Amino acid sequence: MTRFITSSFSHLILLIGILIMVVPVWMIFASSTHTSSMINMNGLQMFLGDSFYENYLRVLLYQGGFFKEITALKMFFNSFIMATGVAILSVVTSLMAAYALVYYRIKHATLLFWIIFITILVPLELRIFPTYSVMAELNLVNSYFGLIVPISASAIATLFFRQFYKTVPDELLESAKLDGANTWRFFVDFLIPLSKTMIVAMLIFMFVFGYNQYLWPLLVTTSEQYWTVVMGLKMMSGSIVHRFAFVIMSMVPPILIIIVLQKHFIKGVFQDK
Amino acid sequence: MSFLDLKNVTKIYPNGTKAVHETSLSIDEGEFMVFVGPSGCGKSTLLRMVAGLEDITEGDINLDGKLMNEVDPSERDVAMVFQNYALYPHMNVYNNLAYGLKNRGIDKETIEQKVNDAAKLLQISDYLQRKPSMLSGGQRQRVAMGRAIVRNPKIFLFDEPLSNLDAKLRIQMRLEIKKLQQKVGVTSIFVTHDQVEAMTLADRLAVINNGIIEQLGTPIEIYDNPKSLFVAGFIGSPQMNFLDGNLKNKTLSAEGFEIKDINSDFEGEVTLGIRPEHLSQSENGLISLRVELVEQLGSDNLVYGQLKNKKDFCYRCPGNQTIEKGSNLSLNIDNNKYYIFDKSTGKRVN
Ligand SMILES: Nc1ncnc2c1ncn2[C@@H]1O[C@H](COP(=O)(O)OP(=O)(O)O)[C@@H](O)[C@H]1O
Ligand SMILES: [Mg+2]
Repeated sequence: MTRFITSSFSHLILLIGILIMVVPVWMIFASSTHTSSMINMNGLQMFLGDSFYENYLRVLLYQGGFFKEITALKMFFNSFIMATGVAILSVVTSLMAAYALVYYRIKHATLLFWIIFITILVPLELRIFPTYSVMAELNLVNSYFGLIVPISASAIATLFFRQFYKTVPDELLESAKLDGANTWRFFVDFLIPLSKTMIVAMLIFMFVFGYNQYLWPLLVTTSEQYWTVVMGLKMMSGSIVHRFAFVIMSMVPPILIIIVLQKHFIKGVFQDK
Repeated sequence: MSFLDLKNVTKIYPNGTKAVHETSLSIDEGEFMVFVGPSGCGKSTLLRMVAGLEDITEGDINLDGKLMNEVDPSERDVAMVFQNYALYPHMNVYNNLAYGLKNRGIDKETIEQKVNDAAKLLQISDYLQRKPSMLSGGQRQRVAMGRAIVRNPKIFLFDEPLSNLDAKLRIQMRLEIKKLQQKVGVTSIFVTHDQVEAMTLADRLAVINNGIIEQLGTPIEIYDNPKSLFVAGFIGSPQMNFLDGNLKNKTLSAEGFEIKDINSDFEGEVTLGIRPEHLSQSENGLISLRVELVEQLGSDNLVYGQLKNKKDFCYRCPGNQTIEKGSNLSLNIDNNKYYIFDKSTGKRVN
């Protein structure tokens, strides 16, 4: 009986926690399906209205910005390119950096690693102007390349992959060598499949990181053609319901990525065990 | 030149540890060579230099007439079975066996045939689709062997491959390895610290101590004719008994008895070695043993006790003799089956 009470109690607390997180999102979603006059008169809504298609289609296709050149659809496209680029590029570079640090006979590899690692203490905001001038010099302002590359070196991902490689037993490498595998084959046939779970986790993490960038895209794009969703949240003008609709849509891509990739993620975790 | 030739091979690790000292050794094609010695004596280092996994500090290694010193392990055509097997955890058994063949660019059908043949030989055909984590210790051991066999390498290298198995399985796998090697006929080097394993597997045996080969020979040669105190103590179970003594004018005086007409001109402090199985009971024997403990193995009895001077001593007798705890035995050494070593250098002198 006491067990029942304590477990109901903890469930209650969890439910309250979920409600605190979900209700505001729901209210924004519900409100975004009403007309603006309805919201202006009656405040936020808890139940769905009937302007869903009308509001969302308008937001997606409305030509916004100062020069009326950019649609939300284009922003989603830009954000997707940027987030995917950041995710893939940072995972690839971290994988290779960690491989070199652990498996190549580099003098002072540990020191090198810590130098890479302390860049975590230097946030993008701190180096944003020098980085910007480099991009400007290279004529890469207003390009996907400029959006993606400067934020795609991830010390954290390098740390994770390095720590993982260090746990791979030496005999595996030696065995593979005797089986005729060269450095490249060991990387492709062993380390990548063995770290699949971690690669997927890092892809998700870096995708969300790239998607959420605000300051950097703001700085490195002057043409509205390169606006991203997170920038657009501020830039888009319009009525309150349209802004709500945009907020709701802006949450969808990260959630989608997690749903799509988590299958591999969980499978990987259990296969490794 | 023989099939595998080590010439004055020395290994000094970057931290200064001298693991192997100027070792020379020749192994013939098809021979089963065992490196045996206590932990840390440099067996693995020597083996790993043959494999190419460790650089050679000095000396030459020739395999099949080719100098190996600078050849990458992937190019040496050697196969190794590791202590913890080092199976590829993300590949199923089939791919574990096939991986080395794929890297050599062999076509798919040939690979399939070779893998299936090896699997049949090792009785692992039923597990080909399983991952290593779903296999028992003995099965993993077989897969590791299969991975070596399937490539038909120039030489098999085994680094204590049986030490992770339980006692019964170890004996079974020991037999299987020996049979397999005889069937396949590949030159092999097997590293172990277990002298029983070494004796049963070896065509020839290298007893290694402190990075030096103390003695090289067939198991029987080494058992019958140990050249040093170390070899005498290391080979044979239970261990050889050692007694202090003095040798002068071909007469050995140990504590409590003398042996005359010894075939040696050495004079000075010596150690007398007698194997427990080279003793028999007789009236007025040389050695008087006070029995403290009897281990009955069935076929044999191992009798442990003390001599008059309180030295521990062991005697092995047939299992049908009854020996009482607390009794006194009078023992004689079987004809000339004793070994005398210079006490200061450990070298055999008789
Ligand atoms: N990578 C290494 N660096 C430094 N010393 C080592 C290394 N590997 C082994 N040794 C040392 O070399 C000696 C021989 O080691 P090893 O060949 O592994 O012995 P065994 O296999 O006979 O137990 C030991 O003293 C060991 O501590
Ligand atoms: Mg060893």
